[in-house]
Amino acid sequence: MIEAELSRSVRGWYPGATGVASAAKLSGGASQETWSFEIVHPLGNLGAILRRAPKGYGASPTRAAGLAAEARLMQLAYEAGVPSPRVLHVLTPEDDLGTGFIMARVEGETIARKILRDAEFAAARPKLARQLGQIAAGIHGLAREKLPELRRLTATAEIAELAREYRSLNWPKPVFELALRWLAEHDPGPPQRETLVHGDFRHGNLIIGPDGVRAVLDWELAHLGDPMEDLGWICVNSWRFGEIDKPVGGFGSREELFGGYEAAGRKVDADRVTFYEVMGTLRWGVMCGGMMQRFRLGPDHSMERAMIGRRASETEIDLLRLLAPRGN
Amino acid sequence: MQDEPTPTELTKAVADFLRDDIAPTPSGHSAFKLRVAINILDLVTRQLTLEKGSDAAEAARLRQMLGMDSSLIELNGVLSDKIASGEMDLRTPGLAEHLWQTTMDKLAVDQPGYAAYKRELGRGNTGA
Repeated sequence: MIEAELSRSVRGWYPGATGVASAAKLSGGASQETWSFEIVHPLGNLGAILRRAPKGYGASPTRAAGLAAEARLMQLAYEAGVPSPRVLHVLTPEDDLGTGFIMARVEGETIARKILRDAEFAAARPKLARQLGQIAAGIHGLAREKLPELRRLTATAEIAELAREYRSLNWPKPVFELALRWLAEHDPGPPQRETLVHGDFRHGNLIIGPDGVRAVLDWELAHLGDPMEDLGWICVNSWRFGEIDKPVGGFGSREELFGGYEAAGRKVDADRVTFYEVMGTLRWGVMCGGMMQRFRLGPDHSMERAMIGRRASETEIDLLRLLAPRGN
Repeated sequence: MQDEPTPTELTKAVADFLRDDIAPTPSGHSAFKLRVAINILDLVTRQLTLEKGSDAAEAARLRQMLGMDSSLIELNGVLSDKIASGEMDLRTPGLAEHLWQTTMDKLAVDQPGYAAYKRELGRGNTGA
């Protein structure tokens, strides 16, 4: 039982903790799991989250930064004032829990449809785009010398990677070809200043409360590269959930996002943002195809995976709207 | 020749049963899975209804544009290669219209509720 190992662990580093309770698995793939639990303490319990690769799954997939790097980035973000969960403990071999880390649980909502529709977020919604601009600037401003070892990505390398992934699906999609060609022709080259890039800055990885953004999660795809990539990715239509005239997550405008970013002292390059919006749209389309492959080949033979394969066409219409817009 | 009812009518009957009689009862995870299952049957019904017509029109456009005849997947493969090589692009007469029409036909099956699709449908014609 994981509670026995967690109890032993928390008693070792959380002063006064007597054990843990209510451990529940929130999500789990073959190589990575997320657990929620309570640290039991006589002065009041503390909600906590475990993110770990179970024993025997030490190696992370090629794109991932690795759990140790994730913990480090989250801690750096927290210390720099970026809304972020506090890292409580990085797992050691003595914990006997695999590799990973434990962080304080942040209460709030990550489900886009609720954030965009529910009354309790009505006051927060108009502020979110600007706030996310400020947060992105905070992430991009984290001191390079403190960052863990991360892979470095250029637009050129990302285009090549997307092309390879798309071609491995072996199903012709002329619209994807058009997008790949456009990306190659509009490759902006290396940025003036390479920074930390979150890599998956969007709905699902943001904990939002009635007061606004409370935490940025999931640094799995963090890398060094062009900071405009994060701003382009959050504008991808797939994350607008039907609110297509509000490019930032379905709740705000680019002007608000850019305004928040520049108010925090960093510069926006709108053309690069557009480039990364196109790249992000294609990326999500290719990822839909990848999920269909996982359905077809196993190990996840679920209806949900199967249906995600049929969402690639959503990104095709989004790409056409970007690259070959029709008149009014 | 197979007898009636048609596959379209059969899948629709199952989808209607699940939606009207079964879906209101369960809760939680099985309710979510059931909604996905109904969505799948609805998609299959739309595909069975629409695919023949849209595939024939797509193949006709491709044959004309490429000046050759082959299976639909091979024609799409040839078009993809020509776009990848730069031999065809958005300035090629008919290409933008073809991609728009083909994509609209895919969305009509996959996701007719998608907001961007509904917006484009509202433009009234599918020409560029």
